Amino acid sequence: MRDFVLKRTGYSLLSLILLSLTIFFFVRVTGDPATLLVEPGASEADIAAVHHRFGLDQPLVMQYAIFMAELIKGDFGQSFYYQTPVLELYLSRLPSSLLLAAVAMTFSLLIGIPTGIYSAVRVGQFWDTAGKLFALLGLSLPSFFVGLVMILFFSVYLGWLPSSGSGTVWHLVMPAFALGWYFAAAHMRLTRSSMLEVMGSEYIKLARLKGLPQALVIGKHAFKNALIPVVTLAGINLVLMINVAVVVETVFAWPGVGRLLYEGISFRDFPIVQGVVIIGGAMIVVVNLLVDIVYAVIDPRIRLEA
Amino acid sequence: MSSTTTTRLLRAQLPSRFGLLRPDFPVIPVAILASIAIMAVFADLLAPYNPEIGSLAARFKPPFWQAGGSTAHLLGTDQLGRDVLSRLIFGARVSMVVGFTAVIFAGVVGTTLGIISGYLGGWVDQVIMRITDAWLALPALTFAIFLAAIVGPSEMNIVIILGLAYWTRYARIVRAEVLSLKEREFVRLAIVAGCSKRTIMWRHVLPNVVNSAIVLASLMLGVVIVAEASLSFLGVGVPPPKPAWGLMLSDGKQGLMVGYWWLTILPGACIMLMVLSANLLGDWLRVKFDPQLRQL
Repeated sequence: MRDFVLKRTGYSLLSLILLSLTIFFFVRVTGDPATLLVEPGASEADIAAVHHRFGLDQPLVMQYAIFMAELIKGDFGQSFYYQTPVLELYLSRLPSSLLLAAVAMTFSLLIGIPTGIYSAVRVGQFWDTAGKLFALLGLSLPSFFVGLVMILFFSVYLGWLPSSGSGTVWHLVMPAFALGWYFAAAHMRLTRSSMLEVMGSEYIKLARLKGLPQALVIGKHAFKNALIPVVTLAGINLVLMINVAVVVETVFAWPGVGRLLYEGISFRDFPIVQGVVIIGGAMIVVVNLLVDIVYAVIDPRIRLEA
Repeated sequence: MSSTTTTRLLRAQLPSRFGLLRPDFPVIPVAILASIAIMAVFADLLAPYNPEIGSLAARFKPPFWQAGGSTAHLLGTDQLGRDVLSRLIFGARVSMVVGFTAVIFAGVVGTTLGIISGYLGGWVDQVIMRITDAWLALPALTFAIFLAAIVGPSEMNIVIILGLAYWTRYARIVRAEVLSLKEREFVRLAIVAGCSKRTIMWRHVLPNVVNSAIVLASLMLGVVIVAEASLSFLGVGVPPPKPAWGLMLSDGKQGLMVGYWWLTILPGACIMLMVLSANLLGDWLRVKFDPQLRQL
C-alpha cells in the first residue's frame, strides 16, 4: 500500500511538472513572453524592465527555475485589469464556481441515477431506449447551445428566469441545468452499465432465490454496489465541472473561475489566463490522485495491479 | 497496463453504447454528414450571397416565414446585414475542415506514439505513457483555450491545438492493441525473418491498428467539433469575419434578448446535427468493425 501511494504520488508530481513545462514552453516558443506580461502598448523600456525582472534575459533552465519558484510560492503574478494578485482573484471567484458545480452535480445525479437504474431494470424495453436517446442527446448537445435555447425560451419568451448574472436562487437554475446536462447523461450511462454488471452477479441471483421482492433486490443489494463507480466518477466530475464551466459561465455571466478565464482572454490579461489554467490543472491532478488512493484502499486488487 | 482508475472511468464518458438506437446502417446520420460535406465543398456555388459582406441597410431581417422577412434572405440576416444562410453554408466548410484535419492530426500523433510505445516497450514505453497520462489528466478544453489564447487565432492554429489536446486517447488505445498484436504469430515470424523493428511497426503492426484508429476518429469527430465551436464561441477560435458556427452563435448571443432567435438557434442546430450524426456513425462503425472497442 505504501509503495502504491508513493508511486501514484510520484506520477502526479510528474504530471504537475509536465503541466508547468508545457505552459512554460508554449509561452516562450510562440513569441516573447514579455509582450504577454506587459500591458498592451507598453514602451521598449518597460519591456526591457520586464525582461530583467522576470529573468527573461537568463538561460532557459534558469528561467524555468524562476518560473517554478514563483508557482510554488503561490505567486501567479498580478492581473493587469484588476491590479490584484491572480491567486486572490481566483479564490474570490471559487465559491461561485463551487456553488454552481455543486448544484449542477446534484441535478445530474438526481436525473442520471434513477434513469440509469430504470434503464437497467427494463433493459431493451421502451424506457431503456428512451434513456439511451437522452444519453445520446446529452453527450451531443454542446452546453452553450443548451444554455442559449433555455435563455430564449425561459427568459425571452416566458420571462420566468433571469437570463444572466447571479444573486438569487433563480439565477442558478439555468446555468446549473446547462452545465449538468452533459454530466447527467454520463452518470446515466455509467449507472446503467454498472447496474447491469451487478445484476448479473451470483449474490443477486441468491437474493432472488431467497424470494426477496424485486424492489429490495434492486434497491438494497444491487444499487449499493452499482453506486461505487458512479460516486467515484461524480467526485472527479465535480472538479472537472469547475474547469469546463467556462462556456456556461460566459453564456450566463456567472461570476465563477470560468468567467474569470474568459475575462482574462478578452482583456488579454495573460497572468489570469495562465493562473486559472495552472490552478485548474493542478486541482484535477490532485483529485485524480486522491481518487486512485481511495480506490486502492477499497479494492486491494488495484494496489497489486500497479 | 498501468491504466489508472481515473482513465478507466473517464473512458465511460466517450460517446458510445447507444445500443438499441443503432440501426443496421445509419442512413440518416450519413445523409446529414454527406449534405454538410457537399455544402462545404460547393459553398461558393450554393451560397446566395458573400458570407463576409453584408449591407447595413438590411440588418436583423428575420427568416422569410416571419413577418418582416423576405425570400431575398431565406434565413434572415445578422447584425451586419450578412445573409445567415450563406454564412451557415460557408460555416460548414470551417467545421468540416477544422474537424477532420484536427481529428486526423490527433490520430497520426496518437497512433504513432501508441505503436512506438507498445512495440518498443521498456523505458520508451514508460516515458511515452507517463506523458500520455499526465496529458490525459488535464482538462483538454481548458488547455486548448490556453494555447489558443497565447498563439492567437487562425484555422491552422486551431487544428494544431485541438490535435495536441486530443491525441492521448488514440495513444492509449493503440498501445493496448499493439501489446496484444506483439504476441501474435505473424509478428513473431517477422522477427524471425529478420525484419527491422521499423519495418515490423510500419508494415505489420500499423495496418492492424488502423481500424481502431479510424473508429476512434469517428467518435472523436463530435468532441472536436464541439471544442472548435467552444473556442470560436469564446473568441479564441476561427477569427472573424470568417463564418464559423461557434462564432455565429456568440455574435448572435446579444440579439437573443430582443428575440432575434435565428442568429443563435440556426448555427446551434447545425452544430448539434453534425455532432449527433458523427456520434451515431461512430457508434455504428465501432460495433461493426471493432468489437474490441465495445468496452471503450
